[in-house]
Amino acid sequence: MAEASLPFTIENFYKLVAEGRLMAAKCRKCGKLFVPPRPMCTDCYSKDLEWTQLKGEGELVTYTVIHVSPKQFESMVPYAVGIVKLTEGPKLPGMICDIEPDKISVGMKLKVDFNTTLPSEWPRWPRYYFKPFDVTS
Amino acid sequence: MSGKPLVSILSAGLSKFGKRKGVYGRELFVEAVTEAFERCPKLDPKKDIRAVIIGHMGESFEHQGHTGPTLADWAGLLPSAAIRTEAACSSSGVALRIGIFALLSGLYDIVLVGGVEKMTHRTTPDVTEFLAMASDYPFEQWHGLTFPSLYALMATAHMHKYGTTEEQMAMVAVKNHHNGALNPKAHIRREVSLEKALNSRMIAWPLKLYDCSLITDGASCLVLTKPELAKKFTDTPVHIIGSGQASDTIGLYERQNFTTLKAAKLAAKEAYKMAGVKPDDIDVAEAHDCFTIAEIIAYEDLGFCQQGKGGKMIENGTTTLEGKIPVNTSGGLKSKGHPVGATGTAQACEIFLQLTEQAEKRQVKGADIGLAHNVGGSGATATVHIFRRG
Repeated sequence: MAEASLPFTIENFYKLVAEGRLMAAKCRKCGKLFVPPRPMCTDCYSKDLEWTQLKGEGELVTYTVIHVSPKQFESMVPYAVGIVKLTEGPKLPGMICDIEPDKISVGMKLKVDFNTTLPSEWPRWPRYYFKPFDVTS
Repeated sequence: MSGKPLVSILSAGLSKFGKRKGVYGRELFVEAVTEAFERCPKLDPKKDIRAVIIGHMGESFEHQGHTGPTLADWAGLLPSAAIRTEAACSSSGVALRIGIFALLSGLYDIVLVGGVEKMTHRTTPDVTEFLAMASDYPFEQWHGLTFPSLYALMATAHMHKYGTTEEQMAMVAVKNHHNGALNPKAHIRREVSLEKALNSRMIAWPLKLYDCSLITDGASCLVLTKPELAKKFTDTPVHIIGSGQASDTIGLYERQNFTTLKAAKLAAKEAYKMAGVKPDDIDVAEAHDCFTIAEIIAYEDLGFCQQGKGGKMIENGTTTLEGKIPVNTSGGLKSKGHPVGATGTAQACEIFLQLTEQAEKRQVKGADIGLAHNVGGSGATATVHIFRRG
């Protein structure tokens, strides 16, 4: 998908995730990065934005292991979710997979990967998730 | 020292909190308003009250929206103007603030503010899902985050940065259950041992069952008036002398810091300034302990201790009933219960009881200045109110 003409919406963020790309909106005026993208820079009110590819690497800032979940996630418990500070600066929450929960620690390096299976109901978005560097899949 | 009264509380009422089978939220609200009216016999509700402002979080629980006029009707207050406020768990903290706006605008002389939520008839996964709606959908709920897990993310960050322990968090539960056992309106009136709290089942590591507040049914309300009218109705009004509110990002992940709630800090700063008081002047406080870590963070955000020292503060006993600043004398959200929309005005109700010497076995002797700290969601909304004995 040629992203240059895509509006800066959450839906388009996830459409790019479906292609295995983690993209941010960058404000051309003040340089601020938005993940998720926003239609307007809330720092300087500029609408002059561009899509920027993120490396998809970062450091785990905090995490939890969820044992009681909404119905939708019941088959996955216990599962880990963390907030990762990406190399480019913004922070993003996501599941931490391919690692035993007791091996997870604050400060560990993680990289993004993609689960592009689409759910059957709205919003039909694929999910990105994080995993340790030493895992090959 | 203290600022001038913004508004005065004439009366307050609370339904019994708990698992209330076979009743609707509106029926619980009748219990709360009945108690408030009985406490203020000089008030003629139908004649005197012209506006009703209700905090209510979720249509999903009872399949019922448009709750403002519904509750005004059940309270016998039609055709009063009815306004519903929604700010997740701080829905009625915001209702209280809107009540202050209504009086200060000059449009009204007396208003009823309150809140209600009926939750326990739904299954835990359903309640988990409904409550999660107060977090960011596309980036938090979509990736499996729940409310306990959002506060767990804060707990992990606090433990990592300041060395706060699971034991210190459990101590919050022990303290609040002790207080709740003394409160006839509380949901769970039972002491809990540190060992039991620490060994309870995992909800979202590091938070266990006893780190979480309760899924509760309940309603609460306050009758507010202009300070100059208060003495016409009661000899013992309570004045609100400070009110603060601030907002933050809906997504926790977008914040700079996960160990403090910036909105709560700013709301507290605004309220302290308006009231002309310092954290040291507070005699009794209700803090939003939706999770035990939230109370520890509240100590810091409210300036009761330095940033990072909240864990030590619970350990030192400073916030027990006999301590220097008793926090959550009602039992808090942890033991009194957390019917989300009702919580903000329920906290104010406890402070009203404390400052009018009606808190019975949990009375803080001679309490003169009180504070209520109400947080919505993971901190996108926060209100802080400061009260003074009239």
